[in-house]
Amino acid sequence: MFKAILNNTRSFFIETGQFSYFAGRFFRNAFSRPFEFREFIRQCYAIGNRSLLLVAVTGFIIGLVFTLQSRPTLQEFGAVSWMPSMVSISIIREIGPIITALICAGRVGSGIGAELGSMRVSEQIDSMEVSGTNPFRYLVVTRIWAATIMLPILVLFGDAIAIYGSFLVEYFKGHVSMQLYYNQVFNSLKFSDLIPATIKTFFFGFAIGLVGCYKGYNCRKGTVGVGIAANTAVVFTSMLLFLIDFIAVFITNIFYYN
Amino acid sequence: MSPQTSPVIEIKGLKKSFGNNHVLDGFNLELFEGENLVVMGKSGSGKSVMIKCIVGLVEADAGKINVLGQDMSNLDEEELDYLRTEVGFLFQGSALYDSMTVRQNLEFPLRRHVRKFGVIHDATPLVMDALESVGLAETIDMMPDELSGGMKRRIALARTLILQPKVILYDEPTTGLDPITAKEIISLIQTIQVKYKTSSIIITHDIDCARIIADRMILLIDGVNYVEGTFDALSKSTDPNVCAFFK
Repeated sequence: MFKAILNNTRSFFIETGQFSYFAGRFFRNAFSRPFEFREFIRQCYAIGNRSLLLVAVTGFIIGLVFTLQSRPTLQEFGAVSWMPSMVSISIIREIGPIITALICAGRVGSGIGAELGSMRVSEQIDSMEVSGTNPFRYLVVTRIWAATIMLPILVLFGDAIAIYGSFLVEYFKGHVSMQLYYNQVFNSLKFSDLIPATIKTFFFGFAIGLVGCYKGYNCRKGTVGVGIAANTAVVFTSMLLFLIDFIAVFITNIFYYN
Repeated sequence: MSPQTSPVIEIKGLKKSFGNNHVLDGFNLELFEGENLVVMGKSGSGKSVMIKCIVGLVEADAGKINVLGQDMSNLDEEELDYLRTEVGFLFQGSALYDSMTVRQNLEFPLRRHVRKFGVIHDATPLVMDALESVGLAETIDMMPDELSGGMKRRIALARTLILQPKVILYDEPTTGLDPITAKEIISLIQTIQVKYKTSSIIITHDIDCARIIADRMILLIDGVNYVEGTFDALSKSTDPNVCAFFK
Protein backbone atom coordinates (compact mmCIF):
# COMPACT_ATOMS: atom_id res chain seq x y z
CA MET A 1 0.00 0.00 0.00
CA PHE A 2 2.68 2.45 1.13
CA LYS A 3 4.91 1.33 -1.76
CA ALA A 4 2.09 1.94 -4.25
CA ILE A 5 1.54 5.45 -2.91
CA LEU A 6 5.28 6.09 -3.09
CA ASN A 7 5.44 4.84 -6.69
CA ASN A 8 2.43 6.95 -7.71
CA THR A 9 3.93 10.03 -6.08
CA ARG A 10 7.24 9.43 -7.82
CA SER A 11 5.46 8.92 -11.18
CA PHE A 12 3.55 12.15 -10.64
CA PHE A 13 6.72 14.15 -10.06
CA ILE A 14 8.51 12.51 -12.99
CA GLU A 15 5.54 13.28 -15.27
CA THR A 16 5.40 16.87 -14.00
CA GLY A 17 9.12 17.27 -14.63
CA GLN A 18 8.86 15.85 -18.14
CA PHE A 19 5.86 18.06 -18.89
CA SER A 20 7.73 21.15 -17.66
CA TYR A 21 10.74 20.21 -19.77
CA PHE A 22 8.45 19.79 -22.79
CA ALA A 23 6.91 23.23 -22.17
CA GLY A 24 10.40 24.72 -21.81
CA ARG A 25 11.46 23.12 -25.07
CA PHE A 26 8.43 24.73 -26.73
CA PHE A 27 9.45 28.20 -25.54
CA ARG A 28 13.05 27.61 -26.67
CA ASN A 29 11.84 26.71 -30.18
CA ALA A 30 8.79 28.98 -30.44
CA PHE A 31 10.60 32.27 -30.85
CA SER A 32 13.60 31.24 -32.92
CA ARG A 33 14.07 30.68 -36.65
CA PRO A 34 13.27 28.86 -38.83
CA PHE A 35 9.49 29.31 -38.46
CA GLU A 36 7.27 26.68 -40.03
CA PHE A 37 4.77 29.28 -41.19
CA ARG A 38 3.01 27.17 -43.82
CA GLU A 39 2.42 24.32 -41.38
CA PHE A 40 1.21 26.83 -38.77
CA ILE A 41 -1.40 28.19 -41.21
CA ARG A 42 -2.43 24.64 -42.10
CA GLN A 43 -2.88 23.83 -38.42
CA CYS A 44 -4.87 27.03 -37.79
CA TYR A 45 -7.21 26.04 -40.59
CA ALA A 46 -7.44 22.45 -39.35
CA ILE A 47 -8.11 23.42 -35.74
CA GLY A 48 -10.57 26.21 -36.58
CA ASN A 49 -12.38 24.31 -39.26
CA ARG A 50 -12.47 21.09 -37.24
CA SER A 51 -14.22 22.77 -34.32
CA LEU A 52 -16.31 25.49 -35.98
CA LEU A 53 -19.56 23.56 -36.47
CA LEU A 54 -19.37 21.92 -33.04
CA VAL A 55 -18.74 25.26 -31.32
CA ALA A 56 -21.57 26.88 -33.29
CA VAL A 57 -24.12 24.16 -32.49
CA THR A 58 -23.12 23.96 -28.83
CA GLY A 59 -23.10 27.73 -28.43
CA PHE A 60 -26.52 28.06 -30.03
CA ILE A 61 -28.05 25.36 -27.82
CA ILE A 62 -26.47 26.81 -24.67
CA GLY A 63 -27.92 30.23 -25.51
CA LEU A 64 -31.35 28.73 -26.07
CA VAL A 65 -31.36 26.48 -23.01
CA PHE A 66 -29.85 29.05 -20.68
CA THR A 67 -32.53 31.57 -21.61
CA LEU A 68 -35.37 29.06 -21.47
CA GLN A 69 -34.27 27.84 -18.05
CA SER A 70 -33.74 31.33 -16.59
CA ARG A 71 -36.93 32.88 -17.94
CA PRO A 72 -39.44 31.45 -15.42
CA THR A 73 -37.33 32.49 -12.44
CA LEU A 74 -36.77 36.00 -13.77
CA GLN A 75 -40.49 36.25 -14.56
CA GLU A 76 -41.29 35.34 -10.97
CA PHE A 77 -39.29 38.36 -9.79
CA GLY A 78 -40.51 40.59 -12.63
CA ALA A 79 -36.98 40.86 -13.95
CA VAL A 80 -37.31 39.47 -17.49
CA SER A 81 -35.97 42.75 -18.85
CA TRP A 82 -32.63 41.82 -17.26
CA MET A 83 -32.39 38.72 -19.42
CA PRO A 84 -30.09 40.15 -22.17
CA SER A 85 -27.68 41.57 -19.58
CA MET A 86 -27.61 38.42 -17.50
CA VAL A 87 -27.18 36.07 -20.45
CA SER A 88 -24.52 38.13 -22.21
CA ILE A 89 -22.40 38.69 -19.10
CA SER A 90 -22.60 35.02 -18.09
CA ILE A 91 -21.73 33.83 -21.56
CA ILE A 92 -18.93 36.30 -22.23
CA ARG A 93 -17.28 35.99 -18.82
CA GLU A 94 -17.54 32.30 -18.10
CA ILE A 95 -19.85 29.94 -19.93
CA GLY A 96 -18.65 30.69 -23.46
CA PRO A 97 -14.90 30.39 -22.78
CA ILE A 98 -15.04 27.30 -20.59
CA ILE A 99 -17.58 25.35 -22.66
CA THR A 100 -15.78 26.14 -25.94
CA ALA A 101 -12.44 25.23 -24.38
CA LEU A 102 -13.82 21.91 -23.11
CA ILE A 103 -15.25 21.13 -26.54
CA CYS A 104 -11.90 21.94 -28.15
CA ALA A 105 -10.09 19.84 -25.54
CA GLY A 106 -12.19 16.91 -26.68
CA ARG A 107 -12.03 17.66 -30.37
CA VAL A 108 -8.64 19.27 -30.92
CA GLY A 109 -6.62 18.01 -27.94
CA SER A 110 -7.50 14.37 -28.52
CA GLY A 111 -6.99 14.82 -32.28
CA ILE A 112 -3.48 16.18 -31.77
CA GLY A 113 -2.70 13.46 -29.22
CA ALA A 114 -3.86 10.70 -31.54
CA GLU A 115 -2.18 12.16 -34.63
CA LEU A 116 1.22 12.69 -33.04
CA GLY A 117 0.88 9.41 -31.13
CA SER A 118 0.33 7.42 -34.30
CA MET A 119 3.22 9.28 -35.95
CA ARG A 120 5.42 8.33 -33.01
CA VAL A 121 4.52 4.62 -32.98
CA SER A 122 4.86 4.33 -36.77
CA GLU A 123 8.34 5.91 -36.47
CA GLN A 124 7.40 8.93 -38.60
CA ILE A 125 8.72 11.31 -35.95
CA ASP A 126 11.96 9.29 -35.69
CA SER A 127 12.19 9.45 -39.46
CA MET A 128 11.95 13.25 -39.40
CA GLU A 129 14.59 13.34 -36.70
CA VAL A 130 17.10 11.18 -38.58
CA SER A 131 16.67 13.34 -41.67
CA GLY A 132 17.80 16.29 -39.58
CA THR A 133 14.53 18.23 -39.79
CA ASN A 134 13.61 19.18 -36.22
CA PRO A 135 10.20 17.45 -35.84
CA PHE A 136 9.52 19.29 -32.60
CA ARG A 137 9.52 22.61 -34.41
CA TYR A 138 7.46 21.29 -37.30
CA LEU A 139 4.88 19.24 -35.40
CA VAL A 140 4.69 20.61 -31.86
CA VAL A 141 5.46 24.33 -32.07
CA THR A 142 3.05 24.89 -34.98
CA ARG A 143 0.20 23.03 -33.28
CA ILE A 144 0.59 24.78 -29.94
CA TRP A 145 0.75 28.20 -31.61
CA ALA A 146 -2.27 27.37 -33.77
CA ALA A 147 -4.35 26.20 -30.78
CA THR A 148 -3.32 29.31 -28.81
CA ILE A 149 -4.35 31.66 -31.62
CA MET A 150 -7.49 29.86 -32.77
CA LEU A 151 -9.19 29.23 -29.43
CA PRO A 152 -9.96 32.92 -28.67
CA ILE A 153 -11.46 33.24 -32.15
CA LEU A 154 -13.60 30.15 -31.63
CA VAL A 155 -14.69 31.42 -28.21
CA LEU A 156 -15.77 34.81 -29.59
CA PHE A 157 -17.62 33.03 -32.39
CA GLY A 158 -19.29 30.68 -29.89
CA ASP A 159 -20.24 33.62 -27.64
CA ALA A 160 -21.88 35.44 -30.56
CA ILE A 161 -23.87 32.37 -31.57
CA ALA A 162 -24.96 31.71 -27.95
CA ILE A 163 -26.21 35.29 -27.54
CA TYR A 164 -28.07 34.97 -30.84
CA GLY A 165 -29.67 31.75 -29.56
CA SER A 166 -30.75 33.59 -26.45
CA PHE A 167 -32.19 36.41 -28.57
CA LEU A 168 -34.31 33.93 -30.55
CA VAL A 169 -35.97 32.70 -27.34
CA GLU A 170 -36.67 36.27 -26.25
CA TYR A 171 -37.94 37.13 -29.73
CA PHE A 172 -40.42 34.26 -29.86
CA LYS A 173 -41.41 34.14 -26.17
CA GLY A 174 -41.07 37.76 -25.09
CA HIS A 175 -41.59 39.51 -28.49
CA VAL A 176 -38.40 41.49 -27.96
CA SER A 177 -36.98 43.11 -31.10
CA MET A 178 -33.43 42.41 -32.20
CA GLN A 179 -32.45 46.06 -31.77
CA LEU A 180 -33.76 46.25 -28.22
CA TYR A 181 -32.19 42.96 -27.26
CA TYR A 182 -28.75 43.79 -28.63
CA ASN A 183 -28.92 47.36 -27.24
CA GLN A 184 -29.36 45.86 -23.79
CA VAL A 185 -26.58 43.37 -24.40
CA PHE A 186 -24.05 46.03 -25.43
CA ASN A 187 -25.16 48.47 -22.73
CA SER A 188 -24.53 45.91 -20.02
CA LEU A 189 -21.23 44.59 -21.35
CA LYS A 190 -18.01 46.33 -20.37
CA PHE A 191 -14.44 45.90 -21.52
CA SER A 192 -13.74 44.52 -18.08
CA ASP A 193 -16.04 41.63 -19.01
CA LEU A 194 -14.57 40.94 -22.42
CA ILE A 195 -10.81 41.55 -22.02
CA PRO A 196 -10.00 39.22 -19.11
CA ALA A 197 -12.28 36.55 -20.54
CA THR A 198 -10.51 36.77 -23.90
CA ILE A 199 -7.04 36.78 -22.35
CA LYS A 200 -7.73 33.59 -20.47
CA THR A 201 -8.82 31.86 -23.69
CA PHE A 202 -5.25 32.25 -25.03
CA PHE A 203 -4.10 30.25 -22.02
CA PHE A 204 -6.88 27.70 -22.61
CA GLY A 205 -5.70 27.28 -26.21
CA PHE A 206 -2.09 26.99 -25.11
CA ALA A 207 -3.02 24.30 -22.56
CA ILE A 208 -5.00 22.31 -25.14
CA GLY A 209 -2.15 22.41 -27.66
CA LEU A 210 0.57 21.74 -25.11
CA VAL A 211 -1.08 18.76 -23.44
CA GLY A 212 -2.23 17.21 -26.73
CA CYS A 213 1.28 17.53 -28.18
CA TYR A 214 2.96 16.30 -25.00
CA LYS A 215 0.82 13.19 -24.78
CA GLY A 216 1.11 12.41 -28.49
CA TYR A 217 4.80 13.22 -28.89
CA ASN A 218 5.76 11.00 -25.95
CA CYS A 219 3.38 8.19 -26.85
CA ARG A 220 4.67 4.65 -26.34
CA LYS A 221 3.28 1.09 -26.28
CA GLY A 222 2.03 0.85 -29.87
CA THR A 223 -1.57 1.34 -30.91
CA VAL A 224 -2.81 0.98 -27.33
CA GLY A 225 -0.55 3.90 -26.48
CA VAL A 226 -2.23 6.04 -29.15
CA GLY A 227 -5.61 5.50 -27.50
CA ILE A 228 -4.15 6.27 -24.09
CA ALA A 229 -2.48 9.42 -25.45
CA ALA A 230 -5.75 10.72 -26.93
CA ASN A 231 -7.72 9.84 -23.83
CA THR A 232 -5.32 11.25 -21.24
CA ALA A 233 -4.87 14.38 -23.34
CA VAL A 234 -8.59 15.16 -22.89
CA VAL A 235 -8.70 14.29 -19.19
CA PHE A 236 -5.52 16.16 -18.30
CA THR A 237 -6.49 19.20 -20.41
CA SER A 238 -9.96 19.40 -18.87
CA MET A 239 -8.48 19.47 -15.37
CA LEU A 240 -5.94 22.04 -16.43
CA LEU A 241 -8.64 24.23 -18.00
CA PHE A 242 -10.57 24.45 -14.74
CA LEU A 243 -7.37 25.24 -12.86
CA ILE A 244 -6.47 28.02 -15.33
CA ASP A 245 -10.05 29.30 -15.15
CA PHE A 246 -9.90 29.47 -11.38
CA ILE A 247 -6.59 31.35 -11.44
CA ALA A 248 -7.86 33.69 -14.18
CA VAL A 249 -11.06 34.53 -12.27
CA PHE A 250 -9.05 35.03 -9.09
CA ILE A 251 -6.67 37.48 -10.79
CA THR A 252 -9.53 39.25 -12.61
CA ASN A 253 -11.31 39.78 -9.32
CA ILE A 254 -8.19 41.36 -7.83
CA PHE A 255 -7.69 43.78 -10.73
CA TYR A 256 -11.23 44.62 -11.81
CA TYR A 257 -13.76 44.02 -9.10
CA ASN A 258 -11.99 44.73 -5.82
CA MET B 1 35.54 -2.19 -49.67
CA SER B 2 38.82 -0.87 -48.38
CA PRO B 3 39.64 -2.08 -44.86
CA GLN B 4 43.03 -0.34 -45.12
CA THR B 5 41.38 3.07 -44.88
CA SER B 6 39.88 4.45 -41.69
CA PRO B 7 36.31 3.23 -41.08
CA VAL B 8 33.34 5.46 -41.93
CA ILE B 9 31.60 4.18 -38.81
CA GLU B 10 33.41 2.90 -35.76
CA ILE B 11 31.72 1.68 -32.59
CA LYS B 12 33.72 0.75 -29.52
CA GLY B 13 32.37 -0.79 -26.33
CA LEU B 14 28.75 0.24 -26.93
CA LYS B 15 26.50 -0.41 -23.94
CA LYS B 16 22.77 0.11 -23.66
CA SER B 17 20.33 -1.19 -21.07
CA PHE B 18 16.60 -0.84 -20.63
CA GLY B 19 16.02 -1.35 -16.93
CA ASN B 20 17.64 -4.66 -16.06
CA ASN B 21 17.74 -5.77 -19.68
CA HIS B 22 21.33 -5.26 -20.90
CA VAL B 23 20.72 -5.14 -24.64
CA LEU B 24 24.18 -4.09 -25.76
CA ASP B 25 27.10 -4.99 -23.55
CA GLY B 26 30.31 -3.80 -25.14
CA PHE B 27 29.46 -4.07 -28.84
CA ASN B 28 32.16 -3.17 -31.40
CA LEU B 29 31.79 -2.49 -35.10
CA GLU B 30 33.75 -1.04 -37.99
CA LEU B 31 32.20 -0.18 -41.34
CA PHE B 32 34.54 0.65 -44.19
CA GLU B 33 33.92 2.74 -47.27
CA GLY B 34 31.86 0.98 -49.94
CA GLU B 35 31.21 -2.00 -47.68
CA ASN B 36 27.92 -3.85 -47.08
CA LEU B 37 28.00 -5.04 -43.51
CA VAL B 38 25.17 -7.33 -42.44
CA VAL B 39 24.32 -7.60 -38.74
CA MET B 40 22.27 -10.61 -37.72
CA GLY B 41 20.94 -11.61 -34.35
CA LYS B 42 17.86 -12.92 -32.62
CA SER B 43 14.82 -10.68 -32.13
CA GLY B 44 15.42 -8.35 -29.21
CA SER B 45 19.18 -8.80 -29.39
CA GLY B 46 19.71 -5.06 -29.84
CA LYS B 47 20.40 -4.76 -33.58
CA SER B 48 17.91 -1.95 -34.15
CA VAL B 49 18.98 -0.25 -30.92
CA MET B 50 22.56 -0.31 -32.17
CA ILE B 51 21.80 1.47 -35.47
CA LYS B 52 19.53 3.92 -33.66
CA CYS B 53 22.48 4.77 -31.44
CA ILE B 54 24.51 5.55 -34.57
CA VAL B 55 22.06 8.27 -35.66
CA GLY B 56 21.43 9.53 -32.14
CA LEU B 57 17.83 8.31 -31.88
CA VAL B 58 18.78 6.27 -28.83
CA GLU B 59 21.32 7.51 -26.36
CA ALA B 60 24.01 4.98 -25.48
CA ASP B 61 24.86 4.33 -21.82
CA ALA B 62 28.55 3.91 -22.59
CA GLY B 63 30.94 3.48 -25.49
CA LYS B 64 32.25 5.53 -28.41
CA ILE B 65 30.49 6.04 -31.71
CA ASN B 66 32.48 7.68 -34.47
CA VAL B 67 30.64 8.52 -37.69
CA LEU B 68 32.51 9.90 -40.70
CA GLY B 69 35.32 11.00 -38.42
CA GLN B 70 33.09 12.74 -35.91
CA ASP B 71 32.54 11.67 -32.33
CA MET B 72 28.74 11.54 -31.86
CA SER B 73 28.95 12.50 -28.21
CA ASN B 74 30.61 15.85 -29.02
CA LEU B 75 28.12 17.15 -31.59
CA ASP B 76 25.74 20.03 -30.95
CA GLU B 77 22.21 19.98 -32.40
CA GLU B 78 23.16 21.69 -35.67
CA GLU B 79 26.19 19.47 -36.27
CA LEU B 80 24.13 16.37 -35.51
CA ASP B 81 21.44 17.46 -37.99
CA TYR B 82 24.11 17.98 -40.66
CA LEU B 83 25.71 14.63 -39.95
CA ARG B 84 22.30 13.00 -40.24
CA THR B 85 22.12 14.11 -43.88
CA GLU B 86 25.21 11.98 -44.48
CA VAL B 87 23.71 8.91 -42.80
CA GLY B 88 20.47 7.64 -44.33
CA PHE B 89 18.15 5.41 -42.34
CA LEU B 90 15.58 3.05 -43.83
CA PHE B 91 12.99 2.13 -41.21
CA GLN B 92 11.52 -1.33 -40.97
CA GLY B 93 7.98 0.00 -41.41
CA SER B 94 9.03 2.53 -44.08
CA ALA B 95 7.78 5.40 -41.86
CA LEU B 96 6.38 7.46 -44.72
CA TYR B 97 4.56 10.61 -43.60
CA ASP B 98 1.00 9.51 -44.21
CA SER B 99 -0.48 13.01 -44.46
CA MET B 100 1.86 13.91 -47.34
CA THR B 101 2.05 12.83 -50.97
CA VAL B 102 5.10 10.96 -52.23
CA ARG B 103 6.49 14.22 -53.62
CA GLN B 104 6.07 15.99 -50.26
CA ASN B 105 7.62 13.01 -48.47
CA LEU B 106 10.73 13.36 -50.60
CA GLU B 107 10.83 17.16 -50.48
CA PHE B 108 10.46 17.24 -46.71
CA PRO B 109 14.03 16.26 -45.76
CA LEU B 110 15.45 18.85 -48.19
CA ARG B 111 13.75 21.77 -46.49
CA ARG B 112 16.25 22.37 -43.71
CA HIS B 113 19.53 21.56 -45.36
CA VAL B 114 20.52 24.79 -47.03
CA ARG B 115 24.09 24.19 -45.81
CA LYS B 116 24.34 21.05 -47.92
CA PHE B 117 22.07 21.80 -50.89
CA GLY B 118 21.77 25.59 -50.94
CA VAL B 119 18.32 27.20 -51.35
CA ILE B 120 16.20 24.89 -53.47
CA HIS B 121 13.46 26.70 -55.39
CA ASP B 122 12.27 23.67 -57.32
CA ALA B 123 13.00 20.26 -55.85
CA THR B 124 11.25 18.37 -58.66
CA PRO B 125 14.45 17.27 -60.51
CA LEU B 126 15.92 15.92 -57.25
CA VAL B 127 12.65 14.18 -56.38
CA MET B 128 12.33 12.66 -59.84
CA ASP B 129 15.94 11.48 -59.81
CA ALA B 130 15.44 9.73 -56.45
CA LEU B 131 12.14 8.20 -57.58
CA GLU B 132 13.65 6.99 -60.85
CA SER B 133 16.44 5.35 -58.86
CA VAL B 134 13.84 3.16 -57.17
CA GLY B 135 11.74 2.78 -60.33
CA LEU B 136 8.64 4.54 -59.04
CA ALA B 137 8.55 7.91 -60.81
CA GLU B 138 4.86 7.46 -61.63
CA THR B 139 3.85 7.50 -57.94
CA ILE B 140 4.98 11.09 -57.38
CA ASP B 141 1.50 12.46 -56.63
CA MET B 142 0.14 9.43 -54.81
CA MET B 143 -0.53 9.17 -51.08
CA PRO B 144 1.28 6.51 -49.01
CA ASP B 145 -1.95 4.59 -48.33
CA GLU B 146 -2.34 4.02 -52.07
CA LEU B 147 0.98 2.15 -52.21
CA SER B 148 1.78 -1.52 -51.55
CA GLY B 149 4.24 -2.56 -48.84
CA GLY B 150 7.05 -3.03 -51.35
CA MET B 151 6.37 0.34 -52.99
CA LYS B 152 6.38 2.06 -49.61
CA ARG B 153 9.77 0.51 -48.85
CA ARG B 154 11.11 1.79 -52.19
CA ILE B 155 9.72 5.29 -51.64
CA ALA B 156 11.27 5.32 -48.17
CA LEU B 157 14.56 4.38 -49.79
CA ALA B 158 14.13 7.20 -52.32
CA ARG B 159 13.51 9.60 -49.43
CA THR B 160 16.73 8.39 -47.84
CA LEU B 161 18.64 8.80 -51.09
CA ILE B 162 17.47 12.33 -51.76
CA LEU B 163 19.82 13.63 -49.05
CA GLN B 164 22.71 11.94 -50.89
CA PRO B 165 24.03 10.09 -47.85
CA LYS B 166 27.45 8.46 -47.69
CA VAL B 167 26.19 5.71 -45.40
CA ILE B 168 22.79 4.00 -45.33
CA LEU B 169 21.48 2.04 -42.37
CA TYR B 170 18.83 -0.52 -43.28
CA ASP B 171 16.61 -1.80 -40.48
CA GLU B 172 15.27 -5.13 -41.72
CA PRO B 173 14.62 -3.96 -45.30
CA THR B 174 12.90 -7.16 -46.44
CA THR B 175 10.81 -7.94 -43.35
CA GLY B 176 7.09 -8.27 -44.09
CA LEU B 177 7.58 -8.52 -47.85
CA ASP B 178 6.86 -11.50 -50.10
CA PRO B 179 9.96 -13.33 -51.42
CA ILE B 180 9.78 -11.76 -54.90
CA THR B 181 9.44 -8.19 -53.60
CA ALA B 182 12.16 -8.93 -51.03
CA LYS B 183 14.52 -9.95 -53.84
CA GLU B 184 13.64 -6.76 -55.71
CA ILE B 185 14.53 -4.70 -52.65
CA ILE B 186 17.81 -6.59 -52.21
CA SER B 187 18.68 -5.99 -55.86
CA LEU B 188 17.76 -2.33 -55.44
CA ILE B 189 20.06 -2.00 -52.43
CA GLN B 190 22.91 -3.41 -54.53
CA THR B 191 22.15 -1.09 -57.45
CA ILE B 192 22.01 1.92 -55.16
CA GLN B 193 25.29 1.02 -53.53
CA VAL B 194 26.98 0.96 -56.93
CA LYS B 195 25.25 4.10 -58.22
CA TYR B 196 25.65 6.28 -55.13
CA LYS B 197 28.83 4.61 -53.79
CA THR B 198 27.35 4.26 -50.32
CA SER B 199 28.48 2.11 -47.41
CA SER B 200 25.73 0.18 -45.65
CA ILE B 201 24.85 -1.56 -42.44
CA ILE B 202 22.00 -3.97 -43.04
CA ILE B 203 20.08 -5.42 -40.12
CA THR B 204 18.28 -8.55 -41.24
CA HIS B 205 16.92 -11.97 -40.32
CA ASP B 206 16.71 -12.90 -43.99
CA ILE B 207 19.50 -15.37 -44.73
CA ASP B 208 19.01 -15.00 -48.52
CA CYS B 209 19.39 -11.26 -48.18
CA ALA B 210 22.59 -11.73 -46.17
CA ARG B 211 24.00 -14.23 -48.69
CA ILE B 212 23.44 -11.92 -51.66
CA ILE B 213 24.36 -8.62 -50.11
CA ALA B 214 26.95 -9.14 -47.36
CA ASP B 215 30.60 -8.29 -47.88
CA ARG B 216 31.03 -9.08 -44.21
CA MET B 217 28.74 -10.21 -41.40
CA ILE B 218 28.50 -9.78 -37.66
CA LEU B 219 26.44 -12.03 -35.42
CA LEU B 220 25.15 -10.10 -32.43
CA ILE B 221 24.58 -12.45 -29.51
CA ASP B 222 24.25 -11.50 -25.82
CA GLY B 223 24.98 -7.84 -26.56
CA VAL B 224 28.38 -8.40 -28.16
CA ASN B 225 29.68 -9.17 -31.65
CA TYR B 226 29.88 -12.90 -31.15
CA VAL B 227 31.56 -13.61 -34.46
CA GLU B 228 32.53 -11.72 -37.62
CA GLY B 229 33.41 -12.89 -41.12
CA THR B 230 32.18 -13.40 -44.66
CA PHE B 231 28.92 -15.23 -45.32
CA ASP B 232 30.78 -18.27 -46.62
CA ALA B 233 33.07 -18.44 -43.61
CA LEU B 234 30.23 -18.13 -41.10
CA SER B 235 27.98 -20.56 -42.92
CA LYS B 236 30.69 -23.24 -42.58
CA SER B 237 31.15 -22.59 -38.87
CA THR B 238 30.66 -25.53 -36.52
CA ASP B 239 29.74 -23.31 -33.56
CA PRO B 240 26.15 -24.26 -32.65
CA ASN B 241 25.25 -20.60 -31.93
CA VAL B 242 26.37 -19.64 -35.43
CA CYS B 243 24.94 -22.72 -37.14
CA ALA B 244 21.50 -21.88 -35.71
CA PHE B 245 21.31 -18.85 -38.00
CA PHE B 246 22.21 -20.76 -41.17
CA LYS B 247 19.93 -23.81 -40.80
